[in-house]
Amino acid sequence: MLVARGTGVVLFEVFLNGLLLGGMYGLIALGLNIQYGVARILNLAYGEFFVAGAFTAFFTIMLWQYNPLLSLFISMPIAFAANWLIYQVLMIPLIKRAPDQDALDADVVLVTFGLFFVLQGLALVYWSGDLRGYTFMSSPVHILGATIAMNRLLAFLGACLIAAIIFYVLRFTRIGAALRAITIDPVAASLMGIDVRRYSALAFATGGALAAASGMLVSTFISFSATTGVVYTLKALIVVIMAGVGRVTGTLAAGLLLGVVESLGGYLIDPALTIAINFALFMLILLLRPTGLFTRA
Amino acid sequence: MAEHFFSVRSLRKAFGGLVAVRDVSFDIPKGSIMGLIGPNGSGKTTVLNLITAELTPDSGSVLFEGKEIIGLQSFQVCRSKIARTFQLVRVLPYMTTRENVMLGRMFGSEPVSPSQAAHDADHLLARVGMAGKANMFASQLTYIDQKRIELARALATHPQLLLLDEWLAGLNPIELRVGIDLIHQIRREGVTIVMIEHVMEAIRALCDRCVVLNAGGKIAEGTPQSVLSDPEVMHAYLGIDDAAA
Amino acid sequence: MLEALKKARLATAAIVVIAVLLALVPLYVSDYIMSVFILLFANIALATAWSFFSGATRYISLATAAFFGIGIYVLAVVHVYVPVWVALIAAAVIGFLVALVIGLSTLRLRGVYFVVFTFGLTELIHQVLNWWEIKINRTVSRYIFTDVSNVSIYETLLFVALLTIVGSWFVSQMRLGYALRAIGEDETVARHAGINTTRVKVICFALSASVMALVGAVLALRYPYVDASIAFNSTWSFQVLIAALLGGGGRAWGPAIGAIPLVLLSEFLAGTFPHHFSIALGLCFVVIVYFLPGGITRLILRLHHSWQTRHRRDHAGAH
Repeated sequence: MLVARGTGVVLFEVFLNGLLLGGMYGLIALGLNIQYGVARILNLAYGEFFVAGAFTAFFTIMLWQYNPLLSLFISMPIAFAANWLIYQVLMIPLIKRAPDQDALDADVVLVTFGLFFVLQGLALVYWSGDLRGYTFMSSPVHILGATIAMNRLLAFLGACLIAAIIFYVLRFTRIGAALRAITIDPVAASLMGIDVRRYSALAFATGGALAAASGMLVSTFISFSATTGVVYTLKALIVVIMAGVGRVTGTLAAGLLLGVVESLGGYLIDPALTIAINFALFMLILLLRPTGLFTRA
Repeated sequence: MAEHFFSVRSLRKAFGGLVAVRDVSFDIPKGSIMGLIGPNGSGKTTVLNLITAELTPDSGSVLFEGKEIIGLQSFQVCRSKIARTFQLVRVLPYMTTRENVMLGRMFGSEPVSPSQAAHDADHLLARVGMAGKANMFASQLTYIDQKRIELARALATHPQLLLLDEWLAGLNPIELRVGIDLIHQIRREGVTIVMIEHVMEAIRALCDRCVVLNAGGKIAEGTPQSVLSDPEVMHAYLGIDDAAA
Repeated sequence: MLEALKKARLATAAIVVIAVLLALVPLYVSDYIMSVFILLFANIALATAWSFFSGATRYISLATAAFFGIGIYVLAVVHVYVPVWVALIAAAVIGFLVALVIGLSTLRLRGVYFVVFTFGLTELIHQVLNWWEIKINRTVSRYIFTDVSNVSIYETLLFVALLTIVGSWFVSQMRLGYALRAIGEDETVARHAGINTTRVKVICFALSASVMALVGAVLALRYPYVDASIAFNSTWSFQVLIAALLGGGGRAWGPAIGAIPLVLLSEFLAGTFPHHFSIALGLCFVVIVYFLPGGITRLILRLHHSWQTRHRRDHAGAH
């Protein structure tokens, strides 16, 4: 049913969808920012856990006919454990032998790039490259004259909830204080008796769990395949760089920015050019404020 | 106002709320050796970093032979004949001793080809007492030897101003003597020197004048003798027995 | 001095002999063997070009596939209007220019930004070109009509591979080569020694990209048609990375040695198990990074060094 609507309403809808999407991007990036900010590992295989979360949700609803939200109880712990193992087995040897952060970055990038290929290869073998999607809570919701899908709103609220939990932990618990200390200065933190290795492993594992969670939430309204992981890794990387490494509140704001720019850009230019729009924003930030939008120079 | 060889004027650098260098000014006449001293964390290395463009100042200017060098990039500062060594020695670990020094010769203020640079590097290595170790990898050298080739690399760029960041630190009395003589030699060849130092014997033996920094600001300036007996300077160092001696 | 001259003469003679022998190979082998060699030369050139910049400066570029694809695409578009050799040059030039733009934006900053940018570049160009083709040209595939023989492709790629290795060696003897190595070891020291690090990085990145584009363009001559998905396949980035790392840095011939087992493995696996190939590659890769960080080059150099020491000791003993 086509209803003629003013451009104002359409734009507002696009904007709102952008915000909802941006909230998701914020959550996706949050996991990566925790991995890079605390554990100092730039994980190029991050998006593969996002995809794993999405596929778990898919099988939960399509194969087993359960509410896909329940898949979080499977995908998050598994992703947590897997990332914890990755940190212990693959990353710690690199950390031990790297003379400085730049050298570590170089080694880590190579290893996680390889990991990305292995995980993507496994996904292609077991799940094929077909595009997947499912319908879940797609009924329309009306907000201030705009119509949006319920699943987007739900995903956004889910992202907000998870982000709020993370924020609370970081701000008000001892673990959080330790993680923040490690983000600022790992050497100083270890001198204060903080077991940097253990907390970094914890942070890395949590990041992976967040990736799986965001994958599940996004899968409710965007189709995905075994090869879409890299796109989300990229978005997460861009948001992290925009926000500044290790900054939690900045991550959400930067995610919102990316979401809105992508949504508006997609509407005004072409929805098939989302990566180009992402990169254009990325280039702009690199040229103007490479240390992040919210850091003081 | 006479044009000085090297002038730092009201240099200021803050990192967030921490003011590392606060309105620091001094002039250096050509051919002299100036000591930049002060307790740890007083901003001495930051001043050097500002001069060599490793950092950008919030305000202030640095004039070298009348020309402003703030705004130049590090490699341009080097090509303008200002060279430095680093507080924590930095050598290129997987290049040989000779290659480390060649680097300065090939890209410094009077660049030459690799073969000529190799030739000159060997001469410089002999000067700093490293003649037999030209083919060793820099990572295989002792800390003292690494300091020597770092100096050789700086000299290879043919500087007119040499900035030494605690180059004489950690030397035993014999090495210290040799090091002091080497710096004397460098000065005799017409190179102006700024040295950050904690080794008081070296300050007294080498420096014509000293500038004392504390918490980013200049608190004293003068000959080593006058500066080291200044009560405020002693207070800043929190009682170095040497100074009273 | 005489030692070095003798070594140089020997090396030159060896290269010429190998080149001539390889050039004669097509006369004696089947089409299949020739196509394996073609793939080998392509990988050698790509890996050497990658190592030339990324191996030396430690700025890891994950964008090999992007420039390779640009080469393929430029050839596919342009060969209709101009002779093939002009199309090849165009591919190299455009690869150079694109890399120039990327380099100027990202190489002034820390290596991380560069890596992230190159990580997404292949996808980016893939998406943009796909969109362009659908929107503007209403078609996705491009047909390649040429009558260039397999033998010509073979000889061209042999030439490009040799040129890349020899060129890489020449640069290593020039100031530029020293500048590259210095940047990789300690960029701060490099800057303070008078090296214009940004200019060196950007130019060398662009040079390596232009070689990658050239290789892509030459290989494209073998395909009857291409589309954006065929041209921009990240697996190339990964393969070349492995070849370069397996071979090891520090010597111009290193990546070439790494490319050989890789191409053999890929021939063996890629046809039958494409996805398992990725996994196998990934595992090899992890092994290389952890257990063979200097690549085969370091092994060979270590063996050579210990042989030399023993040789000298024996000689000394004999006196």
